Amino acid sequence: MIEALQYSFIQHAIFAGVLVSIAAGIIGSLIVVNRIVFLAGGIAHTSYGGIGMAIYFGIPIFLGASLFAVGAALLLSYISFKQRNRIDTFIGLIWAVGMAIGVIFVNLTPGYNVDLMSYLFGSILAVSKEDIYFISLLLIVIIAVVAIWHRDLLAVSYDSEYASLRGINVRLFYTIILLLCSLTVVVAIKVVGLILVIALLTIPVYIAEKFSSSLLQMMIMASVLSTIFTLIGLLFSYSFNFTSGASIILVSALGLGIFIIGEKLLKFARN
Amino acid sequence: MSVLKVKDVSFSYDRQKILENINLNVEEKDYLAIIGPNGGGKSTLLKLILGINKIQSGEIKIFDFNATEKLSLVGYVPQNTNINIDFPIKVIEVVLMGYTGKKRPFFGYGEEEMSEAKNALKQVGMIDFANTKIGELSGGQRQRVLIARALCANPKILLLDEPTSSIDTQGQKEIYSLLKELNKKITIVVVSHDISVILGYAKKVAYINKNLVMHDIAIDKNEFEDHHEHFCEVELLNLLKERR
Repeated sequence: MIEALQYSFIQHAIFAGVLVSIAAGIIGSLIVVNRIVFLAGGIAHTSYGGIGMAIYFGIPIFLGASLFAVGAALLLSYISFKQRNRIDTFIGLIWAVGMAIGVIFVNLTPGYNVDLMSYLFGSILAVSKEDIYFISLLLIVIIAVVAIWHRDLLAVSYDSEYASLRGINVRLFYTIILLLCSLTVVVAIKVVGLILVIALLTIPVYIAEKFSSSLLQMMIMASVLSTIFTLIGLLFSYSFNFTSGASIILVSALGLGIFIIGEKLLKFARN
Repeated sequence: MSVLKVKDVSFSYDRQKILENINLNVEEKDYLAIIGPNGGGKSTLLKLILGINKIQSGEIKIFDFNATEKLSLVGYVPQNTNINIDFPIKVIEVVLMGYTGKKRPFFGYGEEEMSEAKNALKQVGMIDFANTKIGELSGGQRQRVLIARALCANPKILLLDEPTSSIDTQGQKEIYSLLKELNKKITIVVVSHDISVILGYAKKVAYINKNLVMHDIAIDKNEFEDHHEHFCEVELLNLLKERR
């Protein structure tokens, strides 16, 4: 196992895994407390349209996926304020349309037969140096935004009506949350894939929620848990030649299962 | 001195008239209870005062200024049910959201706002819970924290929307005696359908069902007390209606 660390692709994988885990812990916390997990799922799947188009036009995959994810985030933010009670319909709609666009463009691409599964379920062992730069840059942006506007994000997430009475631009901060979410989803595609990303954004946060009495604490704890799950998942992935995304998610789910059973046992022991 | 003045305000929603020619004058240190049936327009009036709904006709003044310009003088306590209980947030952080001062440090919280927030928590008797997670409190305690959040801005008038709707009877009593205590320094407007409690505390009662009717509580209360020990809300509403 130790000798594997010498390979640069393994180093890249670990590096990317840790960076994405931290981003997922921070943004996942915002998504969960705002109750917009499905909105994040919609954004993730829509980005597949961008992947398909990027393949067809020969532009970088990250760029195509980002454009679609950001577009989906802006659209859903707009609909959230215009037609709040119909938002679920629109999430389902862009979710499917995005994926359909992706599939059609891949069909159109002549002689293209790369493993599409890697975008759906992750291919962390194919992370390049440029990918790591991009993920690092995004993480810096996320941390900066959360640090500078921490109290506005907190106010908008906790009680948006009250926040707007206090003069906070609720719409702006809600849109910022969705934009950061869309970019996090894009970088997480390499690690866990766009179908599985939603679990990485929610499982560690769910566990962290029970132990946290502040949003900041939740973000830190979720990031740590996410990192642990990702590293263990990678270990399994490497040892048994499993798909990285699926391994990470199953390790997370196992962690969640142990947590829930432990919680129940503790309650039982106390009574 | 008039703290809050509502003049000839009407409001329609989807061509249906919700409020019609509402006139209301709240003086300093008043304790006004706004009662009325669900859908009668109580919450709509509150939302108009707060600028959440836009005024269609008439005007609302706070200390002779347009209400929306002087919202910093209004402490607002929303309905408890709106609040997300699982949210990882400490009591003190919730209270700090009410702070309206301009001075804000780049990171964390400033000394001045911290002392304002602690002061507000002392006023509602919740200072010992400053670092407790909001979800670990009882309904009544949580409501007091929301009152502290409103007090953190040092408002001249406190607006409360159904402050006891999801609280047990003991908690309700505590909230109303707290409001009575606060009323020594501050004007209070409570929207509620919980009239039997209000009668023991409020100084004035406004009944809203599309139109607004004022009642002088002192006379009404004596009259009721001759009849019963405790009033059923329906009976009370009927009595108030008869007096129109």
